Amino acid sequence: MSRILSRRRFLIGSAAGLGAIGLTGCDDVASNPHVQKVLAMAEKLTMGSQRLLVSKQALAREFTEAEISPSFHPNGSTQPNSPDYVRMSETGFVDWRLKIDGMVNQPMELSLADLKELPSRTQITRHDCVEGWSAIGKWQGVPLGLLLQSAGLKPGARYAVFHCADELEQTLDGSGVYYESIDLVDAFHPQSILAYSLNGKNLEVEHGAPLRLRVERHLGYKHAKYLMRIEIRDRFDDLWGGKGGFWEDRGYEWYAGI
Amino acid sequence: MASIEDIGVAPSGPAKISIRRHSLVTRLTHWINVLCLTLLLMSGMQIFNAHPQLHWGQYGAVEDPSWFEIASREDGDSIIGTTRIGSLTMTTTGLLGASRVDGEMTSRAFPAWATIPSFQDLATGRRWHFFFAWLFVINGLLYVLYGLIGGHFRRDLAPTAHDVAPRNVWQEIKDHARLRFPKGEKARRYNALQKLTYILVLFVLLPLMIGSGLTMSPAMDAGYPFLLDIFGGRQSARGIHFIVAWSLVLFVVVHVVMVILSGFWNNMRSMVTGRYAISEETKP
Repeated sequence: MSRILSRRRFLIGSAAGLGAIGLTGCDDVASNPHVQKVLAMAEKLTMGSQRLLVSKQALAREFTEAEISPSFHPNGSTQPNSPDYVRMSETGFVDWRLKIDGMVNQPMELSLADLKELPSRTQITRHDCVEGWSAIGKWQGVPLGLLLQSAGLKPGARYAVFHCADELEQTLDGSGVYYESIDLVDAFHPQSILAYSLNGKNLEVEHGAPLRLRVERHLGYKHAKYLMRIEIRDRFDDLWGGKGGFWEDRGYEWYAGI
Repeated sequence: MASIEDIGVAPSGPAKISIRRHSLVTRLTHWINVLCLTLLLMSGMQIFNAHPQLHWGQYGAVEDPSWFEIASREDGDSIIGTTRIGSLTMTTTGLLGASRVDGEMTSRAFPAWATIPSFQDLATGRRWHFFFAWLFVINGLLYVLYGLIGGHFRRDLAPTAHDVAPRNVWQEIKDHARLRFPKGEKARRYNALQKLTYILVLFVLLPLMIGSGLTMSPAMDAGYPFLLDIFGGRQSARGIHFIVAWSLVLFVVVHVVMVILSGFWNNMRSMVTGRYAISEETKP
């Protein structure tokens, strides 16, 4: 008798415990930093297994012109409002320059015209937002690997950090400025391009004019818009929130392959 | 008058014997599944809320046609929640589209009580979802390995010719509808409806769930583009993920109802301790 009762009690106790977690303590548990730390281990597992299972050079599917989305949904910042950016956008970005610096042998400054003279890649690819939607567009731009090769990476270089012109969150300390980072596997992927054109037209402001990153095997927030500077670094934990990007500092995964 | 020794015991029903019904692996993986599927569903609804529309095909965003949508609109001072399947729109205020958060009617697809966390937080929802997706997959692989090597699939799940004979299936459907469940020797084994349902869930629905989930990964699509062909595109895969998720919920509801109707404590004991009581048939 006591055995059955104790089992019953155990079952009732477990059910009540689960119910308590489900009803009252759920948000405390869900947002608890220790719990978050344990849950975040799955990101390393995801990145490790995707890197193992997907070859470094595997290309994202490229679509036909007929499969392009009728309209490409703009997201995140769509109109940066810093005086410098507004001035540049009003003058067709003639005095905009892309800086490439950090751990490179040959720092560079390139105008939009310089970039357009370099060899380009055109790809019709799918953009996947972390929210769940997708849009297909035709991008044209300079392969990032080509630029990094001519700049020459110093030994120990591990990441490309993209500094952007848009401030997605207004803060006093500037930590709301958009930035992103990718590692060299993605930086040298053939489809990683600095795009200046969408669907055959110069990139519009809402899509990141004059230049945005395309890193096709990642979710949309990795595709930094309004590029100003590419900094080659060996770490990013000393930048802003330390997680390697604007959304990463706000809880999203650095590895955005899923 | 009979002496006190002759009173005997009260007449009892058929003698009960206790059998080992579920192995330790089955019991452990079952309860880990309960945990995983619950948290996956709740965090999945959190993720869905970030874009509460489903599209068909390779692409689909807020400007594009959707075949399913949970939305809200303002009506004077109040908020109306709606759910649309194809061209059929239903008012679902209170549950879907608009529901109370701290007493206040708020615009959100799935209600706060159903999502992890309760407030809108896609990043945290994703974290929970992927952690428990991994646990679920590892747990499932252990179960499948055990099922193949330990003979659980062959012994307990593979339907016999007698099981799938139309006459037997029809008889079992009628028995289930009348809530007459197998007794005695017959209760030692899964019946045909159980076997077929478990096979459908284990080898069709759960693989579809994992496959459609992976198809939403841009990195997996690059490595394994056939995923896009199997599911008809990333947005179709998202829709299939959603449909199969609710098919699993339907399975769980029926499963739990059956557990309750066919002897709740006996079933629960067999899934916790492994021991299941059956009544011994009295032989004439």
